[in-house]
This record gives sequence, structure tokens and C-alpha cells, in this order.
Amino acid sequence: MDKTLNNKAWFLVLPVLVLVAFSAVIPLMTVVNYSVNDTFGNNEFFWAGLEWFEEMVTSDRLHGALGRQVIFSAIILAIEVPLGIYIALNMPKSGFWASFCLVLMALPLLIPFNVVGTIWQIFGRVDIGLLGHTLAAFGIDYNYTNDPMDAWITVIVMDVWHWTSLVSLLCYAGLQSIPQAYYQAAKIDQATRWAVFRYIELPKMQGVLLIAVLLRFMDSFMIYTEPFVVTGGGPGNSTTFLSIDLVKMAVGQFDLGPAAAFSIMYFLVILLVSWVFYTVMTNLDKAEGK
Amino acid sequence: MAQITLKNLAHSYKPNATADADFALKEMDHVWQDGGAYALLGSSGCGKSTLLNIISGLLRPSHGRVLFGDRDVTDAATAERNIAQVFQFPVVYDTMTVRDNLAFPLRNRGMEPDYIKARVNQIAAMIGMEEILNRKARGLTADAKQKISLGRGMVREDVNAILFDEPLTVIDPHMKFELRTQLKTLHREFGHTMIYVTHDQTEALTFADKVVVMYDGRVVQMGTPQELFERPGHSFVGYFIGSPGMNFFDATVAGHTATVLGETLALGASYAPPKGRVQIGIRPEFCVLGRSGGLPFSIRRVEDVGRHRIIRGTVAGANVNVTLPEGMEIDADANRVLFAPEKINVYADDWRVSPEGEEN
Repeated sequence: MDKTLNNKAWFLVLPVLVLVAFSAVIPLMTVVNYSVNDTFGNNEFFWAGLEWFEEMVTSDRLHGALGRQVIFSAIILAIEVPLGIYIALNMPKSGFWASFCLVLMALPLLIPFNVVGTIWQIFGRVDIGLLGHTLAAFGIDYNYTNDPMDAWITVIVMDVWHWTSLVSLLCYAGLQSIPQAYYQAAKIDQATRWAVFRYIELPKMQGVLLIAVLLRFMDSFMIYTEPFVVTGGGPGNSTTFLSIDLVKMAVGQFDLGPAAAFSIMYFLVILLVSWVFYTVMTNLDKAEGK
Repeated sequence: MAQITLKNLAHSYKPNATADADFALKEMDHVWQDGGAYALLGSSGCGKSTLLNIISGLLRPSHGRVLFGDRDVTDAATAERNIAQVFQFPVVYDTMTVRDNLAFPLRNRGMEPDYIKARVNQIAAMIGMEEILNRKARGLTADAKQKISLGRGMVREDVNAILFDEPLTVIDPHMKFELRTQLKTLHREFGHTMIYVTHDQTEALTFADKVVVMYDGRVVQMGTPQELFERPGHSFVGYFIGSPGMNFFDATVAGHTATVLGETLALGASYAPPKGRVQIGIRPEFCVLGRSGGLPFSIRRVEDVGRHRIIRGTVAGANVNVTLPEGMEIDADANRVLFAPEKINVYADDWRVSPEGEEN
């Protein structure tokens, strides 16, 4: 079919452009504006060029937060992905218990972030918290407000508790789509349990796993609310991740210029890493098709 | 390799089955000779796949025993039975190469690498996949994937039996013929017991030495294609095998004659008076048209199918088919249908009655 050229058709995308401009582009540009200017309020701006970017790139504070952030994301991915797969493999496939497990698994995902934070904040307290008090009763020295290691453990366990379900549910959906004949053929071929996982289940879960890893990476890299509620970034700045540091800088110290430069780099890093993830995994897929 | 015996075997998917209707497989005793090529033929839902899964051990029968040779394997796991099975839809390990797919069952059994290599090459040559041995199975066509499944089914030399569960459903018609011929060659070469499930009679009759016909959870007849054609043991076999199927008429039978609709017909043999609902059955191939004798017949239409012509007509309102060889004149005024007496079979309550003097 021949398509007629009609430039008036461009007007049809105008509503979307306007919406996206108001919701994303203009706010982002405001940040860009702050990042290249210095301001002392009253909407007075003094051109600063790339000064803030230079300052941020060489800042030890940012390096520290970035390092902690990378370690945090790596740890929770390393725990949540295998654990999620393991749980999905062991969930009942049908019947009452399958529904029961699905509901149980979905519960943590339905709890608002700050509530999750509050739950764990109280849960871990040594004076009144069930976990903290119990541990203390066993003579274990646990105090997330004093000890950086305890704070890290608390934040990580909390994230695992909150988000492993997501990985599990995605994997479960992937597993459910495998026809029974594959398992039967594997039995006939005398495949081991490991071979069934490696050559049947894992390949069939690849698509959903890609999504799960991407989602968990992006989310954990931007994590703010839960550690902020539980530890406030402390003790010291041991659990100050990128977004916590950013908020401190922007609305705590009102260093708007550096904070804006920071957030733009932050945004670009997430974009870059997600893109790399995606490209690597889809290319892997293509290479296997050959 | 071993003879496979099914002893008082029955299966129900319900936990406390008592009524006949609860059973997907009705009680049966059956022996699959070592090295036989069997086709298991029947319409959908007659229990073919259930029976196959019981033999391969994917399903434990609710009643009776399964024996390989003298060994009772009813409770043995699939892996222990050393059986190969090919499924209706291609099952390949997507992330493996074609070569690894074919080698997989051998590697799982810890065979020598040299042997595996030689054997895989041999099978690849047979299914015509030498060129693409190093390709990933993902992205191949359904045809090719099913060929891999077939190859994987045949790669082990020491299997007790190879079971095929309608393996050619997804294959192109011309490939079907080729693969079937290859299976047959293979059977001759290696002498594996092969059981081939299908609902396609052409497939069954061309593949197998012995065809086992199942109906409603029962084996109704086992025989050579010729036996099934000439002496169907059950009216279902008569209907199901042949195109079109057998013609049946309610009749009373005494000695050498049958009486249908008040007309007396000669039979090829003598019968003791059968009990129950008595019918005679005659293949369309053994009917001719004429102007006198036989039964009154009115032609409805003639179908030319190339090799022969099928005349569709009615006898007293009931549909009756007659097959005539290509080139034979059809008398437009013919109003009677005549049967070859020695080709008439007698049925009582759907089961064939042996004439007096016939070895059963």
C-alpha cells in the first residue's frame, strides 16, 4: 500500500510531546540548568560551566557512595537471583498450595517502601524489636545503629525479604510455560536433575530472568526509602547510598549545583549499565540462535 | 532388548475406580515380541498414549504388572527401563548444538567419547543432518527439530524398545514418507522393538509388521495389515481401517446363509448360530453392483479418487459404500449390491464370530 505524505500528521504526536515535556524533559532540563550554574536563590544564576561536574567526579564523598552502591547492588543481585530461582523451582505447580504460595510471595511486594523500612527499623531494635531483642537474648551483639556491619546486614536482609518474591514470581511464570513433554524426554534421556535445570529450565527462564535482573539492578541502584528509614544512611555514612547522599546534598546542604551535576551523572550511569546489561544479554541470545 | 509383557494391566486416572467407565485402559494381557515393529492405532482418547507412558514408566499403572523379559519393572523408574521415546511435538534442548542433542542420552549413560562421536555421526547421516551438527538447535524449523528428537530416540543401541507417540504430526507430508521409510530400514538393521502410536491408518499399515488396534481403552485386535483388512476382529476395526470403512448390516445367520432385510445371502463358511446382536460386515472392495441378487441398492453419488471410484449409496436407508476399480463401467441402472461370499465376516455384539473349522 502506498502511503501518502502528509506533514500535518506530525500534529498528532503533539499531545504526547507536550505531556512528556512537562513530565520529564523540562524537569530534567531544570536539573541541567542547575548543574552548570551557581545560584544563591532569587533565581539569580551565575555561569559555572563544568565546574560542578569536575568537582563531583573527583569527590571522595561521591566515590564512597558509588562504591557502597555498587557493592550493595552486587550483593543483593547475587542473593536474590539464585534464591528466587531456587524458590520458584520448589513452589508447587498446581492446586491449593500453588495459589497459597503465590499470594504469600506477592505480599512483600504490596507493602509500601517506607512501611517496609519502618517494619524492619522496629523489628531490628534491640530494646523492643522482635529480632533485635531475640538476638540480644541469645547473647549476639547486634545493633544496626552502632555497628556498620550490622547495619549492612539489616539493609540487605530487608531488601532480600522485600524483593526476592519478584524474581521468584517471574521465574515461576517462566517455569510454568515449559511443556510436560520436556521433563518426560529428560527422564527418557536419563538426564540428571542438574541437567534438567541447566538445559531445560534455565534456557526457558532466560527471558524472564533478564527482566528480573534488570528490574532488580535498577531498583537497587536507586534505593532510597528503606535504608533511609532504617539507618538514615548511618552509622556514620556506612549505608549512605547514592540517592541518600544526593538528597542530603541537595535538600540538606542546599548545594544545588553539585547535586544537580551528581544526579545527571547518576542518571547516565544507570542508563549506561542497563543498556550494557540488555545488549549483552540479547546478544547472547542471538549468538546462541546461530 | 527384551520381550515386553503386560500382565492384567489396567489404568485409571481416578483414585478409586470400580466402574468400567472409570478406566482409561481396560484390563489387558498383551505381549510385545522382542524386535517387533508394532503400530498402535486408534482414534484420539482411546488410551494409546496412556499405554505408551505406562511402558516407558512415565506413568505407573493403577493395576497389573509390566514385565521386560522376566523382570518386573512396574515400579522401576523410566531411567532404569532404558527405553527411548519420541513425542508428538519436537522436544530438543534449545541451547545445545544438534551434535550435543544427539549425544545427550549417550553422555548421560557415561559412554566412551569415541563411541559417542561415531554413533552421533551415524545417526546424523541417517536423519540427514551432518551439515548442521554444530548449529544450535534453537532457531531450526519444527521439521528439523522433530528429526533431532527422532535421532535422539534412536541413538542408544541397547534400548529395550523405542516408543513413538505420533511423531510425524508436525512433519511435512513428503518428509513423513521419507522418515517412515527410514524408521523401517532402521528397524530392519538394528532389530529394536518399536511401538508406533498413530491415529493415521496409512502410517500404521506402512510402518508396522503387526498393527494393534485400540478402541475405548481396549486392544480390540492385533494382526498383520492384511488380517485387519480381511478379517477385522471388531466392528471398530472394520470402520476404522479402510477408506471408506466396512459396511455392516443387521442379519440373522444360520449355517451357510445370512438373512438381511428378508433377502438370503450366501456366506463363505458355516457358522453356529451366534448370540447377541448379529451383523454381517463386508468391505466396499468386495462389493459389486448388478441388476439381480444381493440387496436393493440406490446410488447417491460417485467419487473418483484416482486409483478407484467410490460409489456412495443406500440400502434400505442405511449408507453403504462400494469401491470399484478405475475403468470398470458403472451400470446406471444397477439397483442391487452383491457381496463376495467368502469375504463376508459375521459379528455378534461387535466382535467377530469365527466360522466353524477356523483356527482361532
